[in-house]
Amino acid sequence: MDLAFTQEDEAFRAEARSWLHAHVPASPLPSLETEEGFAAHRAWEAELAADRWSVVNWPTAYGGRDAGIVRWLVFEEEYYAAGAPGRVNQNGISLLAPTLFDHGTQEQRDRVLPSMATGRTVWAQAWSEPEAGSDLASLRAKGVRTEGGWLLSGQKTWSSRAAFADRAFGLFRTDPDTPKPHQGLTYLMFDLRAPGVTVRPIRRLDGKPAFAELFLDEVFVPDEDVIGEPGRGWRIAMSTAGNERGLMLRSPGRFLASAERLHDLWRSHSGPANTGTRVADALIGARAYQLFTYAAASRFLDGDTIGPESSLNKVFWSEYDIALTETALDLLGEEGELADTDWSERYVFSLAGPIYAGTNEIQRDIIAERLLGLPKGRR
Amino acid sequence: MRFLLDAEQREFTASLDAMLTAADTPSVVRDWSRGDHASGRALWRRIAEAGVFALAVPEAYEGLGPRPVELALAFVELGRHAVPGPLVETVTATTLLASLDDAGPAKRLLPALVSGESAATVATGAYALDADMADVRLALSARPGPPLGELEDGGGESSPTRTPAELRLAPPPGPPRPSLDPGRRLFPVVPHGGELLATDPPLAPALLLARLTTAAQALGVGLALLDRTVAYVKQRTQFGVPIGSFQAVGHQLADAKIALEFARPLLLGAALTMTAEDVAAAKVTACEAAYRTARTALQLHGAIGYTAECDLSLWLTKARALRTAWGNPDECRDTVLSGGRRW
Repeated sequence: MDLAFTQEDEAFRAEARSWLHAHVPASPLPSLETEEGFAAHRAWEAELAADRWSVVNWPTAYGGRDAGIVRWLVFEEEYYAAGAPGRVNQNGISLLAPTLFDHGTQEQRDRVLPSMATGRTVWAQAWSEPEAGSDLASLRAKGVRTEGGWLLSGQKTWSSRAAFADRAFGLFRTDPDTPKPHQGLTYLMFDLRAPGVTVRPIRRLDGKPAFAELFLDEVFVPDEDVIGEPGRGWRIAMSTAGNERGLMLRSPGRFLASAERLHDLWRSHSGPANTGTRVADALIGARAYQLFTYAAASRFLDGDTIGPESSLNKVFWSEYDIALTETALDLLGEEGELADTDWSERYVFSLAGPIYAGTNEIQRDIIAERLLGLPKGRR
Repeated sequence: MRFLLDAEQREFTASLDAMLTAADTPSVVRDWSRGDHASGRALWRRIAEAGVFALAVPEAYEGLGPRPVELALAFVELGRHAVPGPLVETVTATTLLASLDDAGPAKRLLPALVSGESAATVATGAYALDADMADVRLALSARPGPPLGELEDGGGESSPTRTPAELRLAPPPGPPRPSLDPGRRLFPVVPHGGELLATDPPLAPALLLARLTTAAQALGVGLALLDRTVAYVKQRTQFGVPIGSFQAVGHQLADAKIALEFARPLLLGAALTMTAEDVAAAKVTACEAAYRTARTALQLHGAIGYTAECDLSLWLTKARALRTAWGNPDECRDTVLSGGRRW
């Protein structure tokens, strides 16, 4: 058992740090939930990709560095410590790409991944539907077989990044006659600018269009954009959802850097009496999350898969993130009421954490039933 | 970076668990609470034979240590089984004695502590834990006069290493005061009594180990409370179904599980780095997780959990006591806050 990194890992850390030091924009980019900010963040993705820093854990053939999970964690620590911008293509990189690596065809990987790595194609997720939040099996948007592909119709909602993104991925009901609701679903990718797609941006609490509704009217998707076998989308999506809640969505680096910034803020502001306790808890929580992730990564390297343990992770980081940003706003006092600061943007973003990627209530059900072995719940 | 127990560490933990499971620790605790140490002494020797105390003692004094990771693993098991006695105090005493300039006391006292023939207690405040049972009673008290810091640089932050202190072998104790945790018997300390062993001994390493092992013990207490409560809610029925099937019950236990599972890596990480910040973070997190689990366990057991006759009480009261032992939550958070950039 050790926490020491190899010389090669340390060299990788030093290389990342020096690149970031030279390239991270001196002043923060505008919010990526605005049109202007989206474009600026897309350009930043291209800059990262030019020196192979946008997808370090991917194979070199697709613009990565074949870095492995430990170096991915190291890179993320350096990335956030350097104050680098948020990642506009997070949905594609952390959700779709792992799915393609596991379930896609060679042709799909070759076609989709390079433009994802450079930010030329930015991806939105299209899981949720009206009346289907955490209950994905109740999806109704459908795909009907047609010559050479599928015609998609129906409505998707809460589609993160879709206001400005290029393409989307999600599940569609392609066989309405299956005995169980999670059968007959197909996982596919589609163009947000294809004929028949209407994107209606939805403004979140701070007025920024961080997500959108998608109205689909016989949108044609060729067979080459179906991931895995038609009708088997549920299993594929579940492996993606595990990923989303697990290691790759919220790297510890992000919280370590935020906790340090909060600590700095606390030292320069006199806040309410109990803020010291809350700042200490933020520092401790970031360290706990880092070490928890190191342990998970070590098990992963030993060949274990990430199972229901990812639900522990999801509840932890989502609640931690809110506690941290709330503390920052309390420390800022009346400045904390302003909407255009980095902390207020973080705060609004954090509020969604317990809701998306499977609500925390659903995660607690998973923990109770699958990790503690309690009888299946009465809801 | 391989932050994972190796086979030997897992085997050590499993064998300790098996030995303690066979020992019927609840009845040992009940004897102990009455001041009857015979069964506890026997268990103490078996724990020593398993090598637990040797892990804190340097090889020069017939030990295997110091090995904080293995000590932490051992203390999780000791906490899970509610083993009574001055366990933390004994490893703290061995570290203190081994670090003195004068090797005499260590040579004289450590071998018997390693073998389990004797036990030690250490008091830094008004009470000494299990002082009637401990053969080696160490007491730390402030030395008369101004603090060292003021003499050297006219002030500055006080820290355990800079507080002027006297380390003494304390005289036999008077009667104990009743404790909230009956298994932890507290004896008032006579200030400045007994043989003087050292003035201004290096305290930091011993206090750090005390804090780490207390954190580990607390984590074990929390894990046991969770396990016992999960078992209970599966068999206890209300409205015709096990109460564990109610979401309101499952969610409380899920929160306890999350708190404990995030305390575990902090504990093991702290055992690896042994920095003051990491150890303090582990202490506050493990103790808060255990305490919160205790509250959940009591709530979900209902009235039976509120009785001394239910074995659950052995862990419930310990979760409360360990929270303040060797650094309360505020002291630990202060340590975390006073650190610089470190991760």
